[in-house]
Amino acid sequence: MPERRGEYTVSLSNRPTVLSYAAVGGKKEGQGPLGKQFDAIFEDTHLGEKTWEKAESALQKESLTRALDKAGLSPSQLQYLFAGDLLNQNIASTFGLREMNVPLIGQFGACSTMGQTMAMAAIFVDSGAADLCGAVTSSHFCTAERQFRYPLEYGGQRPPTSQWTATASGAVVVGRAARGVRVSDVCIGRVQDMGVTDMNNMGSAMAPAAADTLAHFFADTETKPNDYDMIATGDLGLVGARLCRELMEQKGYTLGDNYTDCGLLLFDRDTQDVHAGGSGCGCSASVLCAHLLPMLQRGELRNLLFCPTGALMSPTSSQQGESIPGICHALLLESCP
Amino acid sequence: MQLSDKEYQQMTKKASPNSPVLLDCTKAFLVGGFLCALGEVIFQLVQRAGLSEQDARLTVSVSLIFLAVVLTGFQVFDNIAKHAGAGTLVPITGFANSVVAPAIEFKAEGYVLGLGAKMFIIAGPVLVYGITAATLYGIIYWIMQMI
Repeated sequence: MPERRGEYTVSLSNRPTVLSYAAVGGKKEGQGPLGKQFDAIFEDTHLGEKTWEKAESALQKESLTRALDKAGLSPSQLQYLFAGDLLNQNIASTFGLREMNVPLIGQFGACSTMGQTMAMAAIFVDSGAADLCGAVTSSHFCTAERQFRYPLEYGGQRPPTSQWTATASGAVVVGRAARGVRVSDVCIGRVQDMGVTDMNNMGSAMAPAAADTLAHFFADTETKPNDYDMIATGDLGLVGARLCRELMEQKGYTLGDNYTDCGLLLFDRDTQDVHAGGSGCGCSASVLCAHLLPMLQRGELRNLLFCPTGALMSPTSSQQGESIPGICHALLLESCP
Repeated sequence: MQLSDKEYQQMTKKASPNSPVLLDCTKAFLVGGFLCALGEVIFQLVQRAGLSEQDARLTVSVSLIFLAVVLTGFQVFDNIAKHAGAGTLVPITGFANSVVAPAIEFKAEGYVLGLGAKMFIIAGPVLVYGITAATLYGIIYWIMQMI
């Protein structure tokens, strides 16, 4: 049963397990350092669809279908599906998954959505509310650009602090098993806002949330950063990851070489013109499903503190001059071979 | 220790890499200069072909707009503008691109509510305030003439 531990952490004593996972991505993601680890790369980022939104929906359907296939499951066996994306009213998820015929709980946590959906799936399985749950998120560079920034062909310049929205989707199936990667603890984060208003520097807007959640997790579980083989924050990118380190230092925790960020892993910043790194719901989701979960499964990592971060602004709030609130959820994943 | 927003702003500034201003300016200068030179070449050529000065100036504008529109349509313009910055944005090419780019982008939402409604999403404010400023200038000029 889920049990509260400290102020914000929930321990999952039945240890729900990741039964299978899959990651799919676009051309640019395929050219990145993790390209070969994806389950599928779509050279045509339209995925044969007429609109970018449909393409993103197809990404989600594809990643979930692949994850289910790997576990030998059919969609009807899933009892709940937690899904989310960046688009208004979560249309990439609802439209992509409508044919699945699975009870769906839409989630929004901006780029932290993979943490949120996976946490919910794990808590549902742990509590006995379900035996089998799915968690899936996606983002698409072209849908995000047209919703949050400029038309694709507009000739603008991006500052070095900006991040590149990943065209990718990641899906996990959570159930109960004797072996595999277990979700041991979940720490749901608080909204943090340090007054950053720059839409082109979202890493700095999210870093305080990451540091807040990490510090609470360490306090709640009475652990230190060194107790983990890897700590991977969401898509803080270069600037956010730097700031996260500094903020943690101020809180009395030193993040060592075991600290990394999904936004820095997905792309090669030197050659792929992504400036400060990757972002979007699909960034941490695909890095988790293509790279981190396989490492845990192979036993290369014994445990991983997965902390996706989200910037919770909308184009409306930004135009009205509001600052950008951030959020971060932490999940402790442990390898049980 | 409670960090204030202001202190965090300073931390952010320190952690954020700066834009390479000198390189950006050089590229903008070269591309912007090239576009102006191209305009001058067209101007001279069409004048030599027999057009009046006024018509030749109009031909320059139309040609540069056409060039920007074609390059935008072939998905090349944004790749040049990424480097050129103000070099492509300030001349009439930037204006043309800012109208065509949303027209292409929002065609998916239909010809009326998509393309038609959103075509001026970027250029709209420039037109509104440009025309307003021109009108004001016109009125002032007219009053000055009367005095």
